[in-house]
Amino acid sequence: MTHIAKPRLHHPSLTRNAVGFTRRDYEGPVSTLCAGCGHDSISAAIVQACFEQDIEPHRVAKLSGIGCSSKTPTYFLGASHGFNTVHGRMPSVLTGAALANRELIYLGVSGDGDSASIGLGQFAHIMRRGVNMTYIVMNNGVYGLTKGQFSATADRGSVAKRGAVNVESGIDLASLAILMGASFVARSFSGDKAQLVPLIKAAISHPGPAILDVVSPCVAFNNHKGSTRSYDHVREHNAALNRLDVFSPAEPVSVDYAPGTEVRIEQPNGTVLLLHKLAEDYDPSDKAGALAHIQARETAGMVTTGLLYLDPGRRDLHGRLNTVAAPLARLDETALCPGAAALAAINDALR
Amino acid sequence: MTQKLNAINDFVVKFANVNGSGSASANELFARAILRMGVPVSPRNIFPSNIQGLPTWYEVRVSGAGHLGRRGGVDMVVAMNPETWKQDLAELTPGGYLLHDSTRPLPESAFRKDVTTIGVPLTAICNATYSDPRQRQLFKNILYVGALAQLMGIEPAVIETLFARQYKGKEPLIASNVKAMRLGRDWVRDNLPADICGLRIARADAVGDMIFAEGNAAAALGAVWGGATVCAWYPITPSSSVAEAFEGYCKRYRTDAATGKARYAIVQAEDELASIGMVIGAGWNGARAFTATSGPGISLMTEFIGLAYFAEIPSVIVNVQRGGPSTGMPTRTQQSDLLSCAYASNGDTKHVLLFPEDPRECFDFTAAALDLAERLQTPVFVMSDLDIGMNRRLCRPFAWEDGRRYDRGKVMTAEELEVGKTFGRYLDVDGDGIPWRTLPGTHPSRGAFFTRGTTKNAFARYSEEGADYVANMERLQKKFATARALVPPPELSPAGRPTAWGAISYGSTAPAMAEALATLVADGHPLDALRLRAFPFPDSVRDFILAHDKVFVVEQNRDGQMRSLLVNELDVDPARLIAVLHYDGTPITARFIIAAIRDRLAAGVVTPLERAVS
Ligand SMILES: Cc1ncc(C[n+]2csc(CCOP(=O)(O)OP(=O)(O)O)c2C)c(N)n1
Ligand code: SF4
Ligand SMILES: [Mg+2]
Repeated sequence: MTHIAKPRLHHPSLTRNAVGFTRRDYEGPVSTLCAGCGHDSISAAIVQACFEQDIEPHRVAKLSGIGCSSKTPTYFLGASHGFNTVHGRMPSVLTGAALANRELIYLGVSGDGDSASIGLGQFAHIMRRGVNMTYIVMNNGVYGLTKGQFSATADRGSVAKRGAVNVESGIDLASLAILMGASFVARSFSGDKAQLVPLIKAAISHPGPAILDVVSPCVAFNNHKGSTRSYDHVREHNAALNRLDVFSPAEPVSVDYAPGTEVRIEQPNGTVLLLHKLAEDYDPSDKAGALAHIQARETAGMVTTGLLYLDPGRRDLHGRLNTVAAPLARLDETALCPGAAALAAINDALR
Repeated sequence: MTQKLNAINDFVVKFANVNGSGSASANELFARAILRMGVPVSPRNIFPSNIQGLPTWYEVRVSGAGHLGRRGGVDMVVAMNPETWKQDLAELTPGGYLLHDSTRPLPESAFRKDVTTIGVPLTAICNATYSDPRQRQLFKNILYVGALAQLMGIEPAVIETLFARQYKGKEPLIASNVKAMRLGRDWVRDNLPADICGLRIARADAVGDMIFAEGNAAAALGAVWGGATVCAWYPITPSSSVAEAFEGYCKRYRTDAATGKARYAIVQAEDELASIGMVIGAGWNGARAFTATSGPGISLMTEFIGLAYFAEIPSVIVNVQRGGPSTGMPTRTQQSDLLSCAYASNGDTKHVLLFPEDPRECFDFTAAALDLAERLQTPVFVMSDLDIGMNRRLCRPFAWEDGRRYDRGKVMTAEELEVGKTFGRYLDVDGDGIPWRTLPGTHPSRGAFFTRGTTKNAFARYSEEGADYVANMERLQKKFATARALVPPPELSPAGRPTAWGAISYGSTAPAMAEALATLVADGHPLDALRLRAFPFPDSVRDFILAHDKVFVVEQNRDGQMRSLLVNELDVDPARLIAVLHYDGTPITARFIIAAIRDRLAAGVVTPLERAVS
């Protein structure tokens, strides 16, 4: 594989966002994934979301595990630092990075093999720890990079390209994340940009552990008839719960909505999420209800998408550790070293 | 009748207790009282892998000469555990002493004729004095310390000072402890012959300004003074107290006075994979981060350690070694993770190891490791062990120079990027193999790069070109060579006269080695000795080996791991290096080293080779 540089010539007519960047500034080099791979659409959605959200690219740290999905951070946000870690262990590296510098925006990217198979433990623990991040799983039900074996999210009964039938039940990462304590849990589909982009924006604006389980068909190994992760299957079985709009603290939110169909949710950092309900009886703040709903739809063979769960009040890891406001990475000797006199006192106590 | 042992400031007392009976602080009180008399002691906890009810021992070596290694042999047993009575008694040197609770009479067959039995009715005295069962138990321990003080000539005032210090502000506790101590002392004075015990403490001045510290707490202090802000760990004996002590010291020294906020972050991870992952993430993002673990944890961390090596991320791992393989002997000491750390992970990897000899060096080397990790942008291991980590050891006081700056290594700033300084993440611009790095968030448009464990070119671009791979691997090799001049150099102790024999040791073997060398010289076997303090080895190590016909490599593992490392890295003739190996889980002793070296000398194994070339 070679690195294909994209021409960086800015067309003067390219519009700039509030922080002075064009959409191009959020892109990366050309993807080397298969043409039509769902992961590339998610990368494009990330680019669009960050541009629209007025995020300075260098303030994002993007981390991933190993897999086709985990390669994507190379192909978006070229001006951000990135870290392709080891298979299934991105969550711990992201946690450490977040501990070191609480000022950056953390974007974790993973696959279903990376998060649900080898990395299920770290996936669960990062949610429970409350790390402030956006965690995107590009979920295709297979291991793309190692050529099409079933992953742990593959649905029971799904048929592999060569005909094998998956006999084990699949892990639903969204339900698991709700149980583990994630405070923003959503699901979407790589083929539904209109739903996906606002969800990514909302996840980034959320001051806590936000996870997006994005169904992302693998055209090379899991897009055939009989697969439950093919473009056709997901389009036919997508049960969207709601649509979102995200408003930054600066923007005035003036909306008039028919009671019961739209809900305004204010987050502790001031951002406002406006939820347009599609399934009227669905309340994303009700944990048990959310889990029951997802389960019921799944039994009916449907994929529930949209904002599944939101707990705007939960404190993040730094809040619980009560760390100073300045990034730990920036503290120097004066802030960290107690000095010779304090050490002499310790010596005295040890005599 | 065997001659009673008579010794002043030179003997071994072993306390046999039941785990959880509150004996630990009484036993430590005994050791501290002797220190306060100016006489060096080195205590060792011998404990099983469980919490309560099983036997534990506390072995105190008293050595006016300042020998701090384990001696071997026991001159007095304080037998407080009926379960281990037989074995404790059997261990006693003929002529030694047995101190026991004589409340319940025991048949004559329970005792040894060649041992002086000193019975003190501890339970009876306690029962007559205290009604609360917990007090009866706790003060029984203090009572035997009082009895020992009288038997050995430890000044009661010294013990009383220690109580006053320990229970400062809790006056009733001081009084009750003093009372218990005196009860023991008085009973011995009033009921036993004054000369019953030949083991005596005589006031001396051999302790000086030394401190009595545990290696794990010392490593934690090194991490605080050395500027670590992120600690991620998973509990494992014998390393847990490193992270626990770090937390304690951070609360005290790193809490912002004005806001009450923490200038540190500690996470107890879900396993060692996660703890090293967090350390690597924090190191990548510019914080000084460390973890503490032991052998099984290292095994789990190895994939990540390879990533940190190849992607060049500062990380510090304190490995408090215990007996392996597998779960091995979790509460016993060994130096058996050398190879698994030196070459941890798949592919061609090599890591910097530091070998502290005592708590002072645990402090120094943990602080140094944080500098080295950032300077070299690589994992650095502090190779402590249970013997140093979980026992109090007399050592030089900790030292820190105000004004000492942390070496944050080659980190390119926003200003440097702004003026257009060339940035290639894996570019060797200075010829030392160490590239420059940038931290995430530094500059709006320059210096961002992608970190990965796959091959890349000097500008951090993904590459599968053989030439890029080889260039990078060779630069890493050069960087490792640079490390040789940055790590703590070995310490040479010349024999004082010409000799063809040398001895190499490292880590916690130091005190036993020093003692053994002194005896061997006195016996007409002078050896030059080199104490290794780090890997990679500076050139002086090879020079030392080549300057001697034979070199004993003394270490605490089965396979001669340091010897293998020396042969492998220095390309020296293995026949020059004679392994002296101790690995039963107890700390190595001077007696063992002396016997092993004498044996080999006698067997002619080390008849000096005729020099092929002169
Ligand atoms: C320790 C380890 N085991 C196995 C592999 C091989 N491996 C690479 S990617 C992968 C699966 C990736 O699947 P997923 O996360 O679903 O990503 P996708 O390629 O489907 O996007 C495996 C098993 C590895 N890199 N590391
Ligand atoms: S193999 Fe599948 S997952 Fe990987 S790039 Fe191709 S389509 Fe995408
Ligand atoms: Mg996959």
